[in-house]
Amino acid sequence: MAAAGAAATDLEVVRGKRAALFFAAVAIVLGLPLWWKTTETYRASLPYSEISELNALQLRLRVPVTVVFTRESVPLDDQEKLPFTVVREREIPLKYKMKIKCRFQKAYRRAFDHEEEALSSGNVQEAEAMLTVPQEQAEGSLTMYVISERSSLLPQDTMSYIGPKRTAVVRGIMHREAFNIIGRRIIQVAQAMSLTEDVLAAALADHLPEDKWSSDKRRPLKSSLGYEITFSLLNPDPKSHSVHWDIEGAVRQYVQPFLNALSAAGNFSVDSQILYYAMLGVNPRFDPTSSSYYLDTHSLPHVINPVESRLGSSAASLYPVLNFLLYVPELAHSPLYIQDKDGAPVATNAFHSPRWGGIMVYNVDSKAYNASELPVRVEVDMVRVMEVFLAQLRLLFGIAQPQVPPKCLLSGPKSEGLMTWELDRLLWARSVENLATATTTLTSLAQLLGKISNIVIKDDVASEVYSAVAAVQKAAEELASGHLASAFVASQEAVMSSERAFFDPSLLHLLYFPDDQKFAIYIPLFLPMAVPILLSLVKIFLETRKSWKNLEKTD
Amino acid sequence: MWASFICWWTQDQAEQFFRSGHTNNWAVLVCTSRFWFNYRHVANTLSVYRSVKRLGIPDSHIVLMLADDMACNPRNPKPATVFSHKNMELNVYGDDVEVDYRSYEVTVENFLRVLTGRIPPSTPRSKRLLSDDRSNILIYMTGHGGNGFLKFQDSEEITNIELADAFEQMWQKRRYNELLFIIDTCQGASMYERFYSPNIMALASSQVGEDSLSHQPDPAIGVHLMDRYTFYVLEFLEEINPDSQTNMNDLFQVCPKSLCVSTPGHRTDLFQRDPKNVLITDFFGSVRKVEITTETISLQRDSGIMESSHEEGQRDEELMEPLKYAEQLPVAQIIHQKPKLKDWHPPGGFILGLWALIIMVFFKTYGIKHMKFIF
Repeated sequence: MAAAGAAATDLEVVRGKRAALFFAAVAIVLGLPLWWKTTETYRASLPYSEISELNALQLRLRVPVTVVFTRESVPLDDQEKLPFTVVREREIPLKYKMKIKCRFQKAYRRAFDHEEEALSSGNVQEAEAMLTVPQEQAEGSLTMYVISERSSLLPQDTMSYIGPKRTAVVRGIMHREAFNIIGRRIIQVAQAMSLTEDVLAAALADHLPEDKWSSDKRRPLKSSLGYEITFSLLNPDPKSHSVHWDIEGAVRQYVQPFLNALSAAGNFSVDSQILYYAMLGVNPRFDPTSSSYYLDTHSLPHVINPVESRLGSSAASLYPVLNFLLYVPELAHSPLYIQDKDGAPVATNAFHSPRWGGIMVYNVDSKAYNASELPVRVEVDMVRVMEVFLAQLRLLFGIAQPQVPPKCLLSGPKSEGLMTWELDRLLWARSVENLATATTTLTSLAQLLGKISNIVIKDDVASEVYSAVAAVQKAAEELASGHLASAFVASQEAVMSSERAFFDPSLLHLLYFPDDQKFAIYIPLFLPMAVPILLSLVKIFLETRKSWKNLEKTD
Repeated sequence: MWASFICWWTQDQAEQFFRSGHTNNWAVLVCTSRFWFNYRHVANTLSVYRSVKRLGIPDSHIVLMLADDMACNPRNPKPATVFSHKNMELNVYGDDVEVDYRSYEVTVENFLRVLTGRIPPSTPRSKRLLSDDRSNILIYMTGHGGNGFLKFQDSEEITNIELADAFEQMWQKRRYNELLFIIDTCQGASMYERFYSPNIMALASSQVGEDSLSHQPDPAIGVHLMDRYTFYVLEFLEEINPDSQTNMNDLFQVCPKSLCVSTPGHRTDLFQRDPKNVLITDFFGSVRKVEITTETISLQRDSGIMESSHEEGQRDEELMEPLKYAEQLPVAQIIHQKPKLKDWHPPGGFILGLWALIIMVFFKTYGIKHMKFIF
């Protein structure tokens, strides 16, 4: 009986040991992986390798130039060699991780008959009128005409001329090395019309290490999909001045053509408002010598803030806003001039602030006060005002004066105020800036995912990242093949997709999950279960070792 | 001549060296407590809000997160006011407070979303922090805190690790040029221990293990009105105007242990410039860079169109009638009208039921034979 009982307990013990072992096996083999899998943060797969490749992307900016030679521009035997193509590639030395190479592809050819006729006319403007190309030249491409050394098309000592639409005229030379010399002149002119180092440095100013505090580089607006332009008339003294401005007509006539010319760079919307009793935050000082009031340069920065809260610019849209204010000073402070650092009144009576807008002070003609009683009717001269505002708009957009080569004549601007190749320069700069921004965003997203393990990446965010990477690669290809318009569109898509992916609200999904708090959550669940299993495993292991030792002993 | 040239050159250099490279300023002011006995936290935040507005940052660039339950609290003996000084000298609530996140919207999630920019697309512009890589941001937080965390509205907390990660996400996306972080809570220094992103300067009202104390109670309102650290910081800021050249080293000296009882701390190792070159107005004020416009473009005057539109404008004006208000409320009519006779409605179900019950009880008690005397 005792033996049977002992055998029964032995069986029980063995079964107990087996049960404990199975528990442990199930917990470790099934439970642990299941728990790990179900509690990891969901991360859809991202193209990390491609993102890191983007950092080492080499941008090739190709500028296709067509060079047209007239009959007497180069020696005869050189003329025999036409047509052919010369490529000149140069690396832009910027301290940026992306290498940028600028490639001027010059296609030389002989002039057609109508071109010869046009280029032998009296002056350059006539020649340009006759030379209108049948279809619009593609963005980014240039055409240069080489005329003879002694031609009277250009004034006497001018070597080259840059026209308002993507054309230029360069003087030829009768020399053995004609093509080389002319080639260098052409490169100089082409660089002025498209890409120079400072254009790209300004575009990439936010990504380059800071070594110069140049104000030029911090002035332009960042590239965005659209812009909102607001014109405001500030009348602090309606009792004295009844101010009327034909803003709709002025916008229609002067501003809208300019914005239409710039339409490739983004969507623009224009609005206007009139504000009464809006004062400047600064009291102007009286200058007895000219019996006028003045604001000096040091007080100008304090003018904007008190006014800005009344402009209502933030309610309008999510695009960046450019404010242009026209201030008609009150009767007690008329006339009001802005003084520059040397104390001389500024000719335009206007100033601007980078990435914000501009302010112009419009003084009422003192003759208007003589005859009539207050309030005096003031008709604002919109042409004078728009000249200043459009100039400020150009500066705020970063359309700066190009570095023209020596002895070069720059044509007067078109009626819209924007030359076509200036738009091209803007598009080149913007494309490069967009690509830099998109690459930085994608790289920082990848770095963040590595550093912070709590960020969730859902499938739609992953698809945005893939499309952003594809758009960056497409933009780089288009730039390399010289299609500026499609490259710009692709770069904008890249920026949009990468920003959407980075700023998706779902990335902030897991809050309150720092690692030390995870222990506090899991210990009450797992500890009561794990302790008996572990203890029994330890006991089994010790008994097994004892029984081996016993076996050895008996052996 | 040489001397003046050198003087001008060094002054220019000095100006450039002082400049911080920012073009706009933002402020995020957060009060993390609610309930009447935390009056002082709301007063702290509103006082900083007033100073920042006075020095030039517009409302569109301030994100103010308050529980906003003080001014209209039933326990407030002076409704619609929040005072920051005893004897009710300064009402910091005023008429033009623009609170962006109020009451239950002040949560850790919303705060982190504002900082990192991961906001749902339907959020209005005033609730967003639209800073860019040239923005200097001031972040001020106040409330109840502990070693490594800050309590939000008595129901959740934000840890210093989350805050440091949020700043890192801001840095990766270049959402700030320089950041000044000020915190006035107990054990405030623990909140800035974990920062690891560059260009951050942090100030706290007390070290780890110390409590930040409140300044003075007001017997009429019945609660403490301000915290000590913020009170002395505000006294310091009262002397700053938009032109001041005072630098950060002076702000570090504010509120020594003798006045504050706790030891204020600061952290500048992540900041690239020397604090003595950093102006207070770099963060608290908003001084813009301006340039004189020296060039114009020439436009062709198209007189034909201008004149015709001018005439049209004049004609339009003559034809327009003078504007007047529409009849909004006929007050005269309302005052003098007679009371309207109400239409008669048959009695409702309840009245009918009640009378039926009374009549039934009467006849049950006294018998049906009385019916002929009634009808």
